[in-house]
Amino acid sequence: MPHDHHDHISPSGHPYRSDNDHPLTYWQQMEIAVRELLIEKGVTTAAEVNAQINAMDSRGPAHGASVVARAWTDPPFREALLSDASAATREMGFDIGPMKLIAVENTAEVHNVIVCTLCSCYPRNLLGLPPDWYKSRAYRSRTVKEPRSVLAEFGVALPDTTTVRVHDSTADMRYIVIPARPKGTERWSQADLSKLVTRDSMIGTGLAKAPPTA
Amino acid sequence: MDSREFMRVRADMPPGHVRTPAYLRGKTGWIERELGPFPNPEQLAYGLKADALTLLRMRFTMKEVWGPDVPYPHDTIDAEIYAHWLEPVERTDAA
Repeated sequence: MPHDHHDHISPSGHPYRSDNDHPLTYWQQMEIAVRELLIEKGVTTAAEVNAQINAMDSRGPAHGASVVARAWTDPPFREALLSDASAATREMGFDIGPMKLIAVENTAEVHNVIVCTLCSCYPRNLLGLPPDWYKSRAYRSRTVKEPRSVLAEFGVALPDTTTVRVHDSTADMRYIVIPARPKGTERWSQADLSKLVTRDSMIGTGLAKAPPTA
Repeated sequence: MDSREFMRVRADMPPGHVRTPAYLRGKTGWIERELGPFPNPEQLAYGLKADALTLLRMRFTMKEVWGPDVPYPHDTIDAEIYAHWLEPVERTDAA
């Protein structure tokens, strides 16, 4: 065997990831205990728990992208989205549950970026699970203090004439950024436009992708 | 005429579950919009009957929150603050 002498390194040269067969943590035990009790007492069923996990996993940034693409092409919808984003996305057919959503729009004058300094509030019911960096202390503490440095690290450089608005998701509302529509997409369909809308552009740490140049 | 309604976030540090970020306590901002009544998280967190409180989206300048030496004093931070954390201010240079 060529790798006998360093068996914690995989053949591809990366360290093996340790397995998660350590003893359960306090909160893992608590989750299992509460779930089993709820099932035993007939409050919910294992199938319902699974269905909910599947529903959560099936949500992703593509949902938000189609909302943004419609806002770019349908002025009355854009108005409705900016005045009541929960109602407008529900009307599009998204099951956002009890989520209270606010949409904020990026323009030449204003760039919006979303953070949750207290925990990791994120519009999961529309965009799916948040990226790991969104939950990191570094992102959460630096975005409210030096947003332009954070944005620059994401590759977003803004002119001094643009005002940065940081939205700290402190309580009951969740936020989605409507990125600026890329130039050169005037005749594009909603379906094609939605492919330019990245997850990060809806958090505000990115811009919508530019159309490929011919 | 500046029609903005300025309010100061209480500078208190009570124990327990509070959803008013410490970095905004004692800072003055203006009401960006009212969000209607929401159950008080400080009661909700402990399984108590929660009072319905008005939640406000407050807007603060970077200068007000972090001091006059910030590179972009007019960039802003918006945060949701429950009404019982806000007190009126007479006049302000927080704009």
